Amino acid sequence: MLAFIIDSIKEMLRGGPKYHAWLGGLTLIILIGVYFYGQQLAHGMIVTGMSDQVSWGAYIANFTYLVGVAAAAVMLVIPAYIFDRKDVKEVVLLGECVAIAACIMCMTFVTVDLGRPERIWHMLPLLGKFNFPISLLAWDVVVLTVYLLLNLGILVYIVYTKYSGHEPNKKAYYPWVLLSVVWAFSIHTVTAFLLVSNVSRPFWHTAILAPRFLASAFTSGPALIILGLQVISMITEFKVKESVLRVVGLIVTVSLQINLFFLGVELFTEFYHSTEHVESATYLFMGEHGYHGLVPWIWSAITMNLIALVIMSTYKLRANQTLFNVACALAIVGVWIEKGMGLIIPGFIPTPLGEILEYSPSWAEIWISIAVWCIGFLIFTLLAKVVLAVELGRIKAPGANPGAAKTVAQAD
Amino acid sequence: MADEKSQTSQASAPVKSGFSRRKLLRRGSLAGLAAMIFGGGSVVAKQATEEGGSSFSDTVGTLFQDHYQKMSKEEIAEAIARIERQAKRDYGADIKVGNEPPIPGVVFGYALNVSKCKGVRKCVEACMAENNQSRDPQIQYIRVLELDQGGMELGLSNHYFDSETVPAKGKWYLPVQCHQCENPPCTNACPVGATWKEPDGVIVVDYNWCIGCRFCMAACPYWARRFNWADPKLSAEEINTDTHYLSNRPRYRGVVEKCTYCLQRTRKGRLPACLEACPTGARVFGNLLDPNSDIRYVLENKTVFRLKSDLGTDPKFWYFSD
Repeated sequence: MLAFIIDSIKEMLRGGPKYHAWLGGLTLIILIGVYFYGQQLAHGMIVTGMSDQVSWGAYIANFTYLVGVAAAAVMLVIPAYIFDRKDVKEVVLLGECVAIAACIMCMTFVTVDLGRPERIWHMLPLLGKFNFPISLLAWDVVVLTVYLLLNLGILVYIVYTKYSGHEPNKKAYYPWVLLSVVWAFSIHTVTAFLLVSNVSRPFWHTAILAPRFLASAFTSGPALIILGLQVISMITEFKVKESVLRVVGLIVTVSLQINLFFLGVELFTEFYHSTEHVESATYLFMGEHGYHGLVPWIWSAITMNLIALVIMSTYKLRANQTLFNVACALAIVGVWIEKGMGLIIPGFIPTPLGEILEYSPSWAEIWISIAVWCIGFLIFTLLAKVVLAVELGRIKAPGANPGAAKTVAQAD
Repeated sequence: MADEKSQTSQASAPVKSGFSRRKLLRRGSLAGLAAMIFGGGSVVAKQATEEGGSSFSDTVGTLFQDHYQKMSKEEIAEAIARIERQAKRDYGADIKVGNEPPIPGVVFGYALNVSKCKGVRKCVEACMAENNQSRDPQIQYIRVLELDQGGMELGLSNHYFDSETVPAKGKWYLPVQCHQCENPPCTNACPVGATWKEPDGVIVVDYNWCIGCRFCMAACPYWARRFNWADPKLSAEEINTDTHYLSNRPRYRGVVEKCTYCLQRTRKGRLPACLEACPTGARVFGNLLDPNSDIRYVLENKTVFRLKSDLGTDPKFWYFSD
C-alpha cells in the first residue's frame, strides 16, 4: 500500500509543462480565494453580500448545485455496474473521482459559510452536541460524509487491486456499489429536505423540490461529465468511446425533459390561483414592487435549458458533436443558475415579514466561490491522473502482472 | 423606499436616535486569522488582563468551552468569569453575568394591543438599550410594520416608515419580535443544539456554542433572528452591565442572537424593557400558568389572534384589539 501511495503521489506530480501550468493556475486562484477568506475571517461575514434578510447566498447556492453533481456520478455507476456495460465501465472510475471532488467542494462551501468555523468540532458526536436526527443539516453532514467515504473506498479498492495486478473481486465491492447508488439519491433528497423543512419559506416548502433537485442534478452532472471526458480524451492517451458519450447524453436528454416538466408543474401550482405563497416566484420571474434583480437570471436559465432541450431532443441536432457539446454546456450553466439565483436566493425574498431586500454576491464571496471550485478541479485532476495511469498500466506494483491491469483499457 | 432600505445597514430600521453607519474595521487579515484560531473575535489584538486570568488562557478556555447544558456549576462559573473579564477588555465595562434559572411554574406569554400601538418604536430603542445589541452594524430585535388599514398583507407592509410622524392617517402598526414558539422550527434546525427552549418557554442561544450556519434564520417564520455579521460594536456608556448568560451578555462576531423576553429581567420578576418603554400601554406580559396574571386576563377576555398560526408553531405571542 505504501508503494501505491508513493507511486500515486509521483504520478500526480509528473507531467508536461501544460499539466504543471494547469496545476499552478488552479493553485494561484485558490490562493486568491484564501486571501479573501482571510478577509472574511478578519472582518466577519460582513464582507459578503449577505444580510439578515438574505442570510444564505452564493456559498449555499453552489453547495446545493454541487450536491447534485456528486449525486450525478451515479449515472455512470448504474450503466457500468448494474447494466454491466463494458464501455461505461472504462470511465466509471472517473465518475467516482467527480463524486469525490464534488463532495469535498460541498463540505468546503458549507464550511466557508460558517460564522464560527473554529467551532466545527461542536458537530462531533460525544465531544460536541450533534443534533441528529432532528436537524436536517445534521442529516446532510451524515449523508455527505458517508457518500464521500463510499466513493473513496470503492475507488481506492479498485484502483489499488488493479495496481497490484489483480482483478477487483466483484463480491467485495459490489454491495458497496449498490449502497452508493441508493446513497446518491439520498444526498440530494436530504439537501432538498433541508430547504423543504422550512415552513417559513413557502417557495421551498413544496413536495416537488426533491424530485426537481434530482432531475436537475441528473441533467447538469452528466453534462459536466460528458464535457470532462472529451477534454480527457483530447489531452491524454485515454480515449473515451463515442458510445459512452451517447448513453450519458441520453440521460441528460431525459433528465432535461423531466426537469422542465417539473418546473411547469410548479409554475402552474404557484400562479394559477395566486396565494401569498406566490410572492417569491413573482419576484423571481417578473419582479415585484420595483425590484427585479433576479428576473434576467431566471429567464436566461430557462432559455438555456430550453435550447439544450431542443438540441438534445432532436436526433439530427444531437448527432452533431458541436451542438451536442453546446447543449451540455447550456444545461450545466442553466441548472447552476436555476438552483442558485433561481432557488436559494428567492427563498429569502421577500422575508417572512414581507420585506424585499435584494442580494448580490460581493467580490470576496465570488473569489472564495471560484477558489472552492478550483479546489474541486485540482482534486479531480490529481485523482484522475492516478486512475488513468493505473488503467493504462503506466504505474503498477513491482512484480505485478501487467496484463491483468490493462484488460479494461484494452477492452476494445 | 428602495433607497432608504439600501442605505440602512444590514438589519435595522431607522429609529430616532440614529446611530452611525457601518464601517469596516481595517485590521490585517493575519490578526483576524489569529483571532479566529484563538476564538473570541477582537480579543487577541486588545490589551491583556486587568483583573486576573490572562488573555491567552481565557481565549483557550473559551475555545474549548462546553455546551451550556453540559457544563457543571463550576464550569459555568469559570465561563462567566471569563466573559466578565473579556467584556472589561473589549468594552471597558464591568458587567455582571447572571445565571438565574427558570422559575418553576412559570411560562412566559406576551400580548400586544394593536389598537393602541402607534408605531413610535420606543420598544425598539428600549430593547437595544437593554439587550446590548451591536450599534454598528445595528441589530434590532423588534420590527414594527406599518400596514394599510383594512389589510394585513405583510408583503404590503412598510418597515421603514418615519416614527416621528406617526400615527400616519389610514395606517396601523404591527410590532413583531420572537414569538417564543412552543413548537419552534429554529431549534429543530440547529445542527449543534446551540439554541433551545427553556422550561419557562423562552428560546435561548448559547453564543459560545453557535457555529453561525444561520439555518435557524432560514427556519424562523417571524424573521426574529439576527446574525453578527461583524464584531458587535457598542461603547462602554451604552452597555447594560446587568446581564444574563442566555440573554443580553456581550455577543461574538459570527453568531446568531434573538429576543429572550428580557429573561435577565423577567426571571427576577421584572417586566420586559419593551413593555416598560411603550408609551401607549399596548403591551401585556406575564405568566401563562397563573390564572390571575394580566396575560391570562387578555387571553380570556379579549379577541386575540396569532400571526401565522396556520404554520403550527404555536407561538406564545398574541395580538388583540380593544
